[in-house]
Amino acid sequence: MADEPTATGDGDRSDSADPADSAARVTAEGTRANSAAIAEAFADGPAYVPYLVVGDPDAASSKAYVEALDRGGADVIELGLPFSEPIAEGPTIQEALVRALDAGMTPDRFFAFAEGLDVDAALVCMTYYNLIYQYGAASGPRPFVERAAAAGIEGLVVPDLPAEEADPLREACDEFGLDLVFIVAPTTRGDRLDRIMERVSGYVYVQARLGTTGARSDVSEQTTESLDRLSGYDVPKAVGFGISTGEHAERIVAGGADGVIVGSALVDIVGDGVANDRPTAAVADRLESLSRELKEGAERGYAARVGAAESQ
Amino acid sequence: MSETDTQTTDGTETARRPGRERGREDGKFGRYGGQYVPEALMPAIEELTDAYERYVLDNEDGFMDEFRRRLADFGGRPTPLQRADRLSERYGRDVYLKREDLLHGGAHKLNNALGQALLAKYMGKERIIAETGAGQHGTATAMAAAHLDMPCTIYMGERDINRQRPNVFRMKLNGAEVKPVTTGRGTLKEAISETMRDWAATVEDTHYVIGSVVGPHPFPVMVRDFQAVISEEAREQAREKTGQLPTDIVACAGGGSNTMGAFAGFVDDGAVSLHAVEAGGSTLEVDEEAGVAPNSASLYTGEEGVLHGARTKLLQDRDGQIMESHSVSSGLDYAGVGPELAYLVDEGRVNPVAVDDDAALAGFHRLSRTEGIIPALETAHAFGFLEDHHEELGDRVVVNVSGRGDKDLEAVIEETDQREIAGAPDMSMFTEGI
Repeated sequence: MADEPTATGDGDRSDSADPADSAARVTAEGTRANSAAIAEAFADGPAYVPYLVVGDPDAASSKAYVEALDRGGADVIELGLPFSEPIAEGPTIQEALVRALDAGMTPDRFFAFAEGLDVDAALVCMTYYNLIYQYGAASGPRPFVERAAAAGIEGLVVPDLPAEEADPLREACDEFGLDLVFIVAPTTRGDRLDRIMERVSGYVYVQARLGTTGARSDVSEQTTESLDRLSGYDVPKAVGFGISTGEHAERIVAGGADGVIVGSALVDIVGDGVANDRPTAAVADRLESLSRELKEGAERGYAARVGAAESQ
Repeated sequence: MSETDTQTTDGTETARRPGRERGREDGKFGRYGGQYVPEALMPAIEELTDAYERYVLDNEDGFMDEFRRRLADFGGRPTPLQRADRLSERYGRDVYLKREDLLHGGAHKLNNALGQALLAKYMGKERIIAETGAGQHGTATAMAAAHLDMPCTIYMGERDINRQRPNVFRMKLNGAEVKPVTTGRGTLKEAISETMRDWAATVEDTHYVIGSVVGPHPFPVMVRDFQAVISEEAREQAREKTGQLPTDIVACAGGGSNTMGAFAGFVDDGAVSLHAVEAGGSTLEVDEEAGVAPNSASLYTGEEGVLHGARTKLLQDRDGQIMESHSVSSGLDYAGVGPELAYLVDEGRVNPVAVDDDAALAGFHRLSRTEGIIPALETAHAFGFLEDHHEELGDRVVVNVSGRGDKDLEAVIEETDQREIAGAPDMSMFTEGI
């Protein structure tokens, strides 16, 4: 087990991910990284991390949509594996999950989908613990993680798995070289925050405000507070929940985020395509162009932040 | 520390009761239980755990005294333990009924709803929310909220709203807002998911009054402890009336709150058999392709998994997707079950049995006709079990009458009309005009 922080000496995050090393490498500050691809996505500038539900509204369109995110500048792509009881999602993503389930998406089809993608971005699977726990013949999370690794998945986000219950999955992720991303809420403080930050790797998902997922027009003050609270931890901080425009992305990165996670605003485009029966190529174009806007916004925010730091 | 230390022949209350207190420390029942919830809810759950330990376990500020006083004055406790003369004669053993149907609101649900609403008040929360299946927990929560002067929102599946219109009206009469849940099949599990979503956005000023011994710790132990008044009373009443403990306790099981309430006081009495009667629905066969289990027998047929914050036994497909359950009684229509019951079944302490829709309806009519008590369709499953399995039971059987059946009359008319049930009244005269 690699639970005890062991200093690697250099303390440089981007050097700490070695795919040949199956156990998590830990930097002097206690940061873990298993996936070199995820570490690279956050190196030298802000990461744009879009999310879509795999199989929404069907596998073929979904492939075109995910590849459009990649063309639009995605650094990491969070692929949603649909679960029937998604308690952390708002209506937009819930409906997308239902569409994907109705179209027959399963964990095995999800892995086949990931294997068939032609993308440069690092792939992260976002799903609920029961699907991870049930997968394969043996009980426990190991078979799922082994299969995910074989399919080219670099990390996992599991919204209903708190740090207290996460050790079996953490061990499996270390064994197969995946990162395990945790969500930090505006209400996460003190011991809880420490417990999460001891177990996180790859990046931490900073929830910008309370509630479930869903695009919002404002960006909460809670984000700034959360980033301040996390500033002592040396792991990339990606902010999600409610980001829908390039301007949001710019403001959030200028405010100190290492990346922006965008879900509902993109899933809305897919939902609109379904509702209005739009051609797959047209929906893909919109996804690509919003992605470009978000990525450029994030880069403007980064340039402003670096400029401000240099002028001091 | 061995459990035998606690078994007393004379029932002295000085004995340790490890079963009664199970799970209080860490929310674990063997491999079951836990806290599988989104991070945004964890601080609220920690706050609730702290409040549960202080107010419920340690009676800080006299919380438990006020709770018991309100259960007596507002709720009408204690409820009677009544000998059912006709059923006793029919089955050749003493059958006693624990009359939770006589609790204010017509079901055991008030024990928990009042306890949690009062706890919310002690915690300084300004608003309460709850899910409901049959509407029993929703009406109990709405009553408790009105009684304690707190605003209240109830989430209820659209399909259940159609099945349980009188309860929807009762909630609104008590001033609650009723929000229909249209996702999925619109039943209890979708209502629970939706209430958790509300809570995730409002944790700072809102308490979620969960309706059963399900969900993340501390809900399963806390709801059990509020409902344990059922078995604590029944245990004393049985000894007063018969001079000894019952041989068997029978309770229906959906999520399992009346079940754990009826069992908790007897778990440490090894000689008392505990029977959890689940909804066998139309059949125990499962349609994997459609993702439908035409029953709600998660203890009897389910497999371990994680749902709504806890590891427990679930109706799920090979991949781990939760199945749509079914029962003629919407209060039992749930794909999961309390983690403590899952543990007690694995330990061999609780006997899980399934009673199908037909036998439950027959039980409904039998109790109505022979004892003058119209039970809830949920409760009727326990009487279906009694009819078919009484020969396996001991001399002194206690059945928990978890609720009354007024809410189910429309459904019973419709369901009875589709069946041949011996002794049931002709329903055709009612079906016109409904």
